[in-house]
Amino acid sequence: MPKTKEAEAGPAAPGDAGDLILPVDQQAASLKSKDLLGIEYLDADEIQLILDTAHHFKEISQRPIKKVPTLRGKSVINLFFEPSTRTRTSFEIAAKRLSADTQTISASTSSMVKGETLIDTARNIEAMYPDLLIIRHAFPGAAHMLARTCSAAVINAGDGAHEHPTQALLDALTIRDHKGSIEGLRVVICGDIAHSRVARSNIHCLRKLGATVVVAAPPTLMPCDVEALGVEAFDRLEPALEGADVVMTLRIQLERGGKLSFPSTREYFNLFGLSRDKLALAKDDVIVMHPGPMNRGVEIASDVADGPASVILEQVSNGLAVRMAVLYLLAGVGAAKKNVETAA
Amino acid sequence: MSKLLLKGGRVVDPAQGIDQTADLMIDDGLISGIGSDLDANGADVLDVSGCVVAPGFIDMHVHLREPGQEHKETIKTGTAAAAAGGFTGVACMPNTSPVNDHRAVTELIIERADEAGTVPVYPIGCVSVGQQGEALAEIGELVDGGCVAVSDDGYPVATAELMRRALEYTRMFDIPVIEHCEDLSLTGTAPMNEGRVSTALGFKGHPAAAEDIIVARDLVLAELTGGSLHCAHISSAGALRMIRDAKARGINVTCEVTPHHFVLTDEEVRSFDTNTKTNPPLRSQAHVDALIEALADGTVDAIVTDHAPHHADEKALEFDLAPFGIVGLETAVPLACDRLLHRGHVTLQRLVELLSVNPARILRLDAGDLSEGAVGNVTVLDLERTATVDAAAFASKSRNTPFDGWELKGWPVFTIVAGEVVWKAPG
Amino acid sequence: MRKKATIMDARQIDRSLSRIAHEIVERNHGTDNLALVGIRSRGVPLAETLQHKIKEFEGVEIPTGSVDITLYRDDLSQIAPNPVVQATELDFEIESKVVVLVDDVLFTGRTIRAALDALIDYGRPRAIELAVLIDRGHREFPIRADFVGKNVPTSLLEVIKVQCRDIDGEDSVLMMEVDDVVRQYDDGGE
Repeated sequence: MPKTKEAEAGPAAPGDAGDLILPVDQQAASLKSKDLLGIEYLDADEIQLILDTAHHFKEISQRPIKKVPTLRGKSVINLFFEPSTRTRTSFEIAAKRLSADTQTISASTSSMVKGETLIDTARNIEAMYPDLLIIRHAFPGAAHMLARTCSAAVINAGDGAHEHPTQALLDALTIRDHKGSIEGLRVVICGDIAHSRVARSNIHCLRKLGATVVVAAPPTLMPCDVEALGVEAFDRLEPALEGADVVMTLRIQLERGGKLSFPSTREYFNLFGLSRDKLALAKDDVIVMHPGPMNRGVEIASDVADGPASVILEQVSNGLAVRMAVLYLLAGVGAAKKNVETAA
Repeated sequence: MSKLLLKGGRVVDPAQGIDQTADLMIDDGLISGIGSDLDANGADVLDVSGCVVAPGFIDMHVHLREPGQEHKETIKTGTAAAAAGGFTGVACMPNTSPVNDHRAVTELIIERADEAGTVPVYPIGCVSVGQQGEALAEIGELVDGGCVAVSDDGYPVATAELMRRALEYTRMFDIPVIEHCEDLSLTGTAPMNEGRVSTALGFKGHPAAAEDIIVARDLVLAELTGGSLHCAHISSAGALRMIRDAKARGINVTCEVTPHHFVLTDEEVRSFDTNTKTNPPLRSQAHVDALIEALADGTVDAIVTDHAPHHADEKALEFDLAPFGIVGLETAVPLACDRLLHRGHVTLQRLVELLSVNPARILRLDAGDLSEGAVGNVTVLDLERTATVDAAAFASKSRNTPFDGWELKGWPVFTIVAGEVVWKAPG
Repeated sequence: MRKKATIMDARQIDRSLSRIAHEIVERNHGTDNLALVGIRSRGVPLAETLQHKIKEFEGVEIPTGSVDITLYRDDLSQIAPNPVVQATELDFEIESKVVVLVDDVLFTGRTIRAALDALIDYGRPRAIELAVLIDRGHREFPIRADFVGKNVPTSLLEVIKVQCRDIDGEDSVLMMEVDDVVRQYDDGGE
């Protein structure tokens, strides 16, 4: 579980931390945990804080000089034990725009191939005093392991089919940009719910922000007792789409192989591919999202992916802002923790 | 020779229908009498007033890891852990390295247990050569060497054909075939129970149906063959329903459950603590409730630990990669006392049946009762003793328990094997 | 923190801002190429008031924006948790403009240093000038204001609190007193 005790010490009291205090109108921005391991562990206020902060960060990427000195001298390590171009690049750029020093260690170049355990890798990296660790890993709970081992702030960039919190946050920011608020919206997530960390994080995030979440998948790709996550479940796409404000289609992981979940991509597209015809069942102002990378003609038709309802590229831009916000906020929590330790 | 008098305890011996305050005399390793105010007559006297004196507990499902994986456990440390847990005998599974599919391995185990001299070890041999699920092991030789049952534990008996032949063949030796009930095609690499928690955490789930399918298959085969079937570590309500029904129809089946399955649910996995990773996995509350009901109503015959020691380094991995297993020898009796007896689910009589009488009966051991002339194996319990599980103090080599730090009521205080006190509670 | 005195009331603030508005136009020989940028939070309503006043007597609406200095603070490694980031709104080019930075209180000068860095990331203004409602001394950087509403000598046990109607419900400048000396980034707060 995320550690919260240290962070609850709150803002530095006068007399601490170099005797500097904040002006009254600049409230301290606080996440409770030193780590971002999953949306499940955040409350709605924390999610809103991240989204609000991200909203202000968007503007930085549009300046002539796309860089602020905020995290100067902080070191951010990207630990990618699973291939990922988009998320890794997004975190790297986010860290660089905040002037942090970044280093990416990917599975192919790491000592993991030499048989080192995750805990030993974590201890070795910890010994180099990083401030923030970003981890992508194939197994659920890997980020939790790292967070327990390291005093640096840990950001989960995807742990197996468990969580991918920054994806859900960037999705929420994108929806908020278009719909104003998330409360009361009907959001449909369709596709491989069983193996999707994006689905899980989005379900938590959207529900905490007051949306109704609907999932649609063939029963072979729907996890057991999915209703326990607080969603409505459909085994056909069409009825799920009725009245939808937002439709998220998930990537079908063709590389997973196996012929037991659906017989062919052709049949999958016919039943669950988001086509214009199917999308017409949703609200007129529906927006279409996809976490990428897309399989055109499998889970989504090209004319939908590139059509007027698509906000897929905005998701990517917002990903940058959200990751900047998370890095900024967690760098603060980490410093708070260190202050508490020093004082103790 | 030595004499030991247990004075003033509550003697509970279901075999003889005894439950009374009495003295128990063990003379030269054998029980020589139960009565009030027995004369010490030169015997060492142990004051056990306020305690329960029961026939020695037998854990019929442990993994002692020797030969081959002595970094996890040895016969010496494993039997020490058994004694410290109140057990006067353990039956060890054959999935060692090499596996116990050959008489030489069986004899080695017994020899090492004799050397350790703590509690007797009853080896369980393999059903199939190399546990490969293809050819029957030399079961006759194994029994001759000292095996009390056969099992391919760790894996199910691979095919219905092999199970049929094993159930038939073992009839000659009057030993049970102990089955690890898991349809591997349904479980694959799943590290935990399939249910709301696996869905929340994104783990592949091991459905209870995987257990039920093999139980169903084996019950059909037990009926067909008349062989003696024992279903290991049952965790599923469905399996219990079928076993209950099969017993009512006279099929020769018995089964066992572990404390971790009747105490914990899969909610524990939310911590990602690899000490909650076990096979079969911790299930949902509905299954736990069914287990407790079956413990009470006699569907379940035995409480076992499935003591599965692993080195801390092996458990310090990602949940998916960590090995399955929980150590249980030093927590099983207090868990059973605290969670079953003190909560009123089972009587003391029933508890003794589950821990002593029935395991002895299933394995055809000369144990599990306190009648005159029986081997003087006794477990003394203090049902009022409250203590905290301290994994660091385990006699076992391994500490992979999810119960570290739990405060439990009802602990063993003396473990007596053939009239010798092999362990007594500290303090 | 106890209130010690009222330094300015709403009318006095209004008069000071009127004077500053005139001084800005006078010193820059008109309003060409002029822009106002308020520093979050209380510099922003002050900048808007100045914009309004200049429009009243010059008939010209000067481009006015806001800058949030949070990401440019020099104490981020010392304070925690991090302060809330607020919007920077500069929807005009600052290239070649004379930008008048507006803030409520000039104290150590660190806020102004951060604001200068922030502004320069948006382009290269021809000049940057500084207008503040209160200058309370105790500078830690070589920074001075071009336009000052009122100079208020203070001790380090005193805090200047500027209140703006849009944020605080009234326009006033208060002098507060604290028990311990705390170094502050700049006034405008506790």
